[in-house]
Amino acid sequence: MDLDPVFLSRLQFAFVISFHIIFPAFTIGLGAWLATIEGARLATGNALYRRVFDFWLKVFAVSFGMGVVTGIVMAFQFGTNWGVLAQRTGPIQGPLLGYEAFTAFMLEATFFGVMLLGRERVSPRFYFFACCMVSLGTMFSSFWILANNSWMQVPLGHKIVDGKIIPADWWAIVTGPVMMVRWPHMLLAAFLTTGMCVAATGAWYTLRGVHRAEARVMLHWGLGLVAVMIPIQLFFGHLTGLYVLQHQPAKFAAIEARWKTQQPASEVLLAIPDEKAQRNLYAIEVPKLGSMIASGNWTAKEIGLEAFPPEDRPPVLIPFFGFRLMVGMGLIMLAVSWFGNFLRWRGRLETTRWFLWGTFLAFPTGFIAILTGWFTAEVGRQPWVVYGVLRTKDALTPALTTGDVLFSLVGYVLVYAMFATFGGYYIFKLLRDGPTGDAKTIPGATGSRPLAFADSAETATGSTARTGA
Amino acid sequence: MEPSALASFWAGVLACAILLYVILDGFDLGVGVLFGTTREEAHRVRMMDTIAPFWDGNETWLVVIGAGLFAAFPDVYAVFLGAFYLPVLLLLIGLIFRGIAFEFRFRSLRMRPVWDLGFFLGSTLVAFVQGAAIGAMIRGIPVANGQYAGSPFGWLHPFAILTGIGLVLGYALLAAGWLVMKSDGELRDWAYRRIQWLAAGALAVLLVAFAVTFDYSILARSNLQARSWAFVFPVVGVLALAGLAVGVHRKRHDAVPFAMTVVFFLAAFLSLGAMFWPYMIPYSITVANAAAPEASLQFLFYGGVVVLPVIAIYTIGVYWVFRGKVRKGYGRGGGGGD
Repeated sequence: MDLDPVFLSRLQFAFVISFHIIFPAFTIGLGAWLATIEGARLATGNALYRRVFDFWLKVFAVSFGMGVVTGIVMAFQFGTNWGVLAQRTGPIQGPLLGYEAFTAFMLEATFFGVMLLGRERVSPRFYFFACCMVSLGTMFSSFWILANNSWMQVPLGHKIVDGKIIPADWWAIVTGPVMMVRWPHMLLAAFLTTGMCVAATGAWYTLRGVHRAEARVMLHWGLGLVAVMIPIQLFFGHLTGLYVLQHQPAKFAAIEARWKTQQPASEVLLAIPDEKAQRNLYAIEVPKLGSMIASGNWTAKEIGLEAFPPEDRPPVLIPFFGFRLMVGMGLIMLAVSWFGNFLRWRGRLETTRWFLWGTFLAFPTGFIAILTGWFTAEVGRQPWVVYGVLRTKDALTPALTTGDVLFSLVGYVLVYAMFATFGGYYIFKLLRDGPTGDAKTIPGATGSRPLAFADSAETATGSTARTGA
Repeated sequence: MEPSALASFWAGVLACAILLYVILDGFDLGVGVLFGTTREEAHRVRMMDTIAPFWDGNETWLVVIGAGLFAAFPDVYAVFLGAFYLPVLLLLIGLIFRGIAFEFRFRSLRMRPVWDLGFFLGSTLVAFVQGAAIGAMIRGIPVANGQYAGSPFGWLHPFAILTGIGLVLGYALLAAGWLVMKSDGELRDWAYRRIQWLAAGALAVLLVAFAVTFDYSILARSNLQARSWAFVFPVVGVLALAGLAVGVHRKRHDAVPFAMTVVFFLAAFLSLGAMFWPYMIPYSITVANAAAPEASLQFLFYGGVVVLPVIAIYTIGVYWVFRGKVRKGYGRGGGGGD
């Protein structure tokens, strides 16, 4: 592919949004997890839950902070690189993303501060209420993002007047049928991601023989929650596939690497799609299964990419492998969580070291599934940025030069690499040290400055760097 | 064409957000600038202490501006960000770098010089590109078919460099007033000593910039002639600087320098508004022709009237909780440092 401004801008957007989404996804899951465990503490009075809560609250604060920082960049990407998109779809995308920002601000300004700083100042019931509101807030934040993206996937509720895209029915835009499938899919993905991280952290401590009691809580709750949620997620994943089949048949064909229309259609399990020759190399196929998956019977005709004019076909490689990686991660989560619960039932969960290692190493499965799932959705939508309405190549800021975008892309990569190194190391240290003491905040931390909150791990571990002694 | 009531409402909200951003992030960016002018660790720690509870929240207003423009004035959002592609990149990188530096300088002794440099350079860069953008806007942004039609470095003109330097000085002036208000002892005296020089520098740049604008911009000239009441703003600005001089001389009320500088900024902001209203992008896009359809402005309105007051109350609450002078520090470096 040429290094033109369009390609580089796509690469840049993919880079900054992929980097960004890791944090909100983790945050949504952690918000729900914290509300859950705080609820359990309130119900049982078990002090152990409080220690687990305080520990994950610190991780939550750091993750939230990093999400805010990388989110500021996102607020400007649409205008800097996708000026025509911003200008033409701004009347719809602008308010939706504006509401996302509003939601985040509301959170920071209200219950987030209570959650971080108000433990000693409010009643336990109100504190729990604040946790629930923070969790709801993170979910609503994702609501707007998904509403916006779902509109880009399947635009509806708008009219086009003099070339301008104008909202005609906001209710239809924010509650379209596609949205109602994809939002739960994303929420569950976030919950599963965090569930796997919680379980993996518990496994890690168990393997190292530290924080035994807390590790047990994390392991049991993490694996239990994942085990319950993963079948629901597979179901919503299936519904998501159906919307793609119905509204974006070209994307569906690309995901399936189905070049030719077939009846009955076979299912390509694995292959190396050759986009030039429009065929699959080394394909492992199951006859008729493709028809069954798409249409629910063994004989249906399924459309291949050949049915679409070449300029309307999406790339195949990324949707094909992205989708399979996502499903693969889902299956790993299914296997780990269900087998883990089987071991727990047999009373061998904490002693089966190979399984603990497996659980520990499975910590990134949720993140990988989220990223590859989004790659599938976004690359599969190509060559459109707003499906059927605006092509990606026409959406670029016209004045952009290759040099501009190359410079900015390198700039973002360098700064984010540094950010990731330090932020990642910081989260790693938090996780490694574990629940070493009560979460306490340094004075000067506020709801809008969460990175300052999680300071206590270092003091608790006796680091002297802080005071420079 | 007259803007609709909703368009005027959102233009007003954005104007307030910009003014709030400039003053609030202005003082903490300015602290970053002043930070680079001292090598004394005790000063540096206390400087950071004075802005610790605020700086992150101050940047909220930048996101309000970005999101608000996208939603209410998508044409302005697209043209502005296209025209200032590289400055906006530098702004964002500067903000991130400075944020990381802020959170990490206390965590590592070995890396501290790097973070200190990052905090200073990041703050200065952010202040500079914001000032440069004002200068470039005054010179005008070429627009074709609703999109920026100039070159990547179209903004980089001596006049923009001048206004960039002006805003760095202006933010540093705000910060000096802030430090006087929030600290005592040596740092307070140190900050007092810097105010007169910073004020003189900022005033000199502003006078030159005003003269150049008056000479260059027919729109600004005719607007000012038609709106003679607007001359009250520069007068207020001069009075504020006089008040600043008196405050620095007497050193009786430590809030005076900051308050006077805020009035000075307000006067400059309103003067600029009087010269260019109703243009959002001089000399091509007005409030009325940039506004999103009513259906969009309406939809956004419901959220705005709920959320914006909450953010405002929260902001006031944070400043109230952390009011007064920082004596013990807010904990980062314990106030004493090494």
